[in-house]
Amino acid sequence: MKHILNRRAVLRGAMGSAVFAVGLPLLDCFVNTNGTALASGAPLPIRFGTWFWGLGVTPVRFFPTKAGKNYELLPETQSLAQVKGKVSILSGFNASLDGNPNFPHGTGGPTIRSGTAPNKPATLQGPSFDVLIAEAISGNSRFRSVDLSPMKGGASNSNSGLGPGRMNPSEDSALAFYNRLFGPEFRDPNALNFTPDPKVAARRSVLSAVGDQRKSLEARVGAADRMRLDEYFTSLRQVENQLALQLQAPAPMPACKVPEKVPDVEAEVNVETVAANHRVMTKLLTMALMCDQTRVFNMNFNNGASNLTRPGSTITHHQLTHEEAVDAKLGYQPEATKFVERIMQEWGFFVTAMDGIPEGDGTLLDHMLIVAHSETCFAKIHTVESLPIMFAGRAGGRINSGLHVAGRGDTVSRAGLTAMQAMGLSLDSWGTGGNETKKTLTEILS
Amino acid sequence: MTKKGEFNLLAAAVMAAMLAVPLVSMADLQQPPASDHIDGMYRLTEGQYRNTIADIFGPDIVTGGRFEPTSRRPHGLLAPGNYQIAVSPSGMEQFAAMARKIAGQVIDENHRTALIGCKPAFAGRADDRCATRFFSRVTPLLYRRPLSKPEVQQLVSIASAASATTHDFYAGLGLALEAALVSPSFLFQMDELQALPGHAGEWALDQYAKASRLSFFLWNTSPDEELLEAARKGKLQTSRGLEKQVDRMMGSVRLKVGVRSFFFDMLQMDKLADLTKDSIVYPQFISEVRSDMSEQLLRTLTAQLIEEKRDYREIFTTRRTYMTDALAAIYHVPVPVQVGWFPYEFPADSARAGILTQIEFLAAFSHNGRSSPTIRGQGIRELLLCQAVPDPPGNVDFTAFDASHAKTVRDRLTEHRSNPACAGCHKIMDPLGLTLENFDGIGVFRVSENGSPIDASASIDGKDVKDAVGLGKAISEMPAATSCLVSRLVEYGTRRPSTDKAWLANLNSQFAGAGYRLSAIMKSIAMSDLFYARYPRPLQKETR
Repeated sequence: MKHILNRRAVLRGAMGSAVFAVGLPLLDCFVNTNGTALASGAPLPIRFGTWFWGLGVTPVRFFPTKAGKNYELLPETQSLAQVKGKVSILSGFNASLDGNPNFPHGTGGPTIRSGTAPNKPATLQGPSFDVLIAEAISGNSRFRSVDLSPMKGGASNSNSGLGPGRMNPSEDSALAFYNRLFGPEFRDPNALNFTPDPKVAARRSVLSAVGDQRKSLEARVGAADRMRLDEYFTSLRQVENQLALQLQAPAPMPACKVPEKVPDVEAEVNVETVAANHRVMTKLLTMALMCDQTRVFNMNFNNGASNLTRPGSTITHHQLTHEEAVDAKLGYQPEATKFVERIMQEWGFFVTAMDGIPEGDGTLLDHMLIVAHSETCFAKIHTVESLPIMFAGRAGGRINSGLHVAGRGDTVSRAGLTAMQAMGLSLDSWGTGGNETKKTLTEILS
Repeated sequence: MTKKGEFNLLAAAVMAAMLAVPLVSMADLQQPPASDHIDGMYRLTEGQYRNTIADIFGPDIVTGGRFEPTSRRPHGLLAPGNYQIAVSPSGMEQFAAMARKIAGQVIDENHRTALIGCKPAFAGRADDRCATRFFSRVTPLLYRRPLSKPEVQQLVSIASAASATTHDFYAGLGLALEAALVSPSFLFQMDELQALPGHAGEWALDQYAKASRLSFFLWNTSPDEELLEAARKGKLQTSRGLEKQVDRMMGSVRLKVGVRSFFFDMLQMDKLADLTKDSIVYPQFISEVRSDMSEQLLRTLTAQLIEEKRDYREIFTTRRTYMTDALAAIYHVPVPVQVGWFPYEFPADSARAGILTQIEFLAAFSHNGRSSPTIRGQGIRELLLCQAVPDPPGNVDFTAFDASHAKTVRDRLTEHRSNPACAGCHKIMDPLGLTLENFDGIGVFRVSENGSPIDASASIDGKDVKDAVGLGKAISEMPAATSCLVSRLVEYGTRRPSTDKAWLANLNSQFAGAGYRLSAIMKSIAMSDLFYARYPRPLQKETR
């Protein structure tokens, strides 16, 4: 094969494992002149993420009254003022129960994510759409997806997974997240020197030898265990792939800057500590995306029956939603709504942070799609009608944004199907039973 | 966050005892597995993983790492959930990192002589002879079964190739050990089946899977060499041979490790890792209290049930426990000059008796900033009596509900009882919990709440109970308390809840006949054929 020495090949070290130094200055020369692709010609990656919050909204203080553009901001969506043009709000999309009970705080989340109403509380009946998207778009990035929750107890605070009992655990420590991303195994894409470690190469071939057991094991187990073996070997492949990436000089990412190490703060349930942890994690996440360590993420702000509380309070957000009366004059629960507003401030922060990072001809947010949702609409009575869902970002121009889309009782699966199609999955229908749909959100999908 | 209760606190003692016995060569354990197929893969729990590593390589080997949680309780316990989980990508990163860390220590200069057991001809090169010796001895302990010759050969080849790449025998051996440590054969217990002799069409675990089931049940660790050797010789297939092993294992200090692990699961102590208490409402709830309270509960249980071999029902009424100075501050009991743990007996007129009045239970089954008779009552019903409390109905109408002005929890719960939709379930849970209202959200004794005196009386299943001491007595007299333990032990050991009523009834009467001694019921279970059978019916191999 003839070597064509283009700039990327030089940077990658066409001579294989030799130590080399790059003499080129790291400038915007890595992005093409109109800013829509890397200089190599590869388009800028489109990322996908979810942002989950528990305990829903106060409907009259959240959902706009008119559909279409320029929707009005209500008290619980004030925090979106700066990014309204890039955020769409969905109302009137319901979870169909299909004969299953409405498990308090355990039905809406799994139905939105898997397109099927759960028959056990908080249990995904099949793969969540973020997992399907990750399989399709994560390419050669180091992590297929990252799962985060700034709230204590985060590991089980997840809506992502492959099916019953197979949840992707969330990380609740910002420091552990930092170490996973930027610890010793991180290869700085902009480092000038690169030396592959022969021990890493040896370790990689050791792991691929483990994969040799696959066939003989699969022949001896039943279908359920075969699925679990498949998950095991897929996970093993990710680790192998991570080792493989350590052996290559990474493609330069000029916007990638290794952040400062973050302090070790124990996760908490007090809303202010959770919010502070969320902000630290968000900043790390933006760099994980800009360094192309992952293209998919799940951020779970709080859990379904949220234990969020305020310091010194004997009552949690969850208890408030049930025990606090709807004030007859105001028409809402005056204390519970404060929690919703506080959570939505963090959602606003998250979107604004993504929009604050220039990339190509726009911002990071312009090259991603974030689906935010809760597990109930009005938590006091656990409604799964008009589940609050939002779409943020423009996915590289694949979607329209800044709309209020009124669902008029359609299934929530339309949101998942739209997200998957926007991320390039070839899929014309999704969901089961009353949640099966062939209809995307035509207003959003351009 | 570590799961203290599952840990091998006795690992040091066990290791010392183990090292005194010369290591049996496992080379003669090499024969191909004979079973037909695998009926279930059980992912090792954190405790089982750590205990196994400590048993094989010594308690000073640091495993590090973070385990992804078994977030599912398909029934009463976490144990069966491990049949359903696999390994997520981030979980695999952790297993790979742990394997690297463990293997790195096994081959380091402090450990290699003792743990590898042979020396290479040249340290800078592969040595298949020494690698074969090492993997022939160690891998059967990791995989809990003999290895076929090709399996050993594969590890030796990996070591050989890696030694050549790294120019270091030990580095190569370590890398091959990493492969064994991330292998599904180590991370998953494979339930290998074989046809049950004399019972046409029925299946049971093969002898090695049987050894694992026994060992995880009694010790929460992988089988030791003696047990694997007994399996190889077919001794576990006779009741005499099985009994010999059961007796040996029940006489070991490791039994305590197993019993702690069982109660850790049964009492849902895994949830403590995520327990939070508001630091303004409960400034006394410091980190020492958090760790000491679970140790107090486990110590009380093992002292009562293993050391003193007492009647299981007494755990609900005993006034004897163990204290530290951190706990003494919460319990308001005098602290002696000594440090560390000391035995303590609550006086006869104390408001506390039994494990339900220990702060572990009281704090774990409360809210962040207040107590909850509902949660406590539900905990007692579900965890200790195996009685299901229905999920709250999703459409329960809270719109008219306003309890924000109630002073005591009892007042607030009265609101629930005024609503017929709520009353159905709350009357199952609340009365039990109301008798514990003299203890706040972290278990501190109190006589009033927000200035109103506390009434801790209730009627429990038709019996009038005055307070927490009365609750313990009432629970200890319920047949459900002992039958619940039996069914949980079976579920824990087989990792599947049993629906075999005849077997459970038989175990219950054996338990009663033995004066409700824990060791007696554990032995009865371990000696049951059904404990190793695949029931209700043999697995139908799924079509593919």
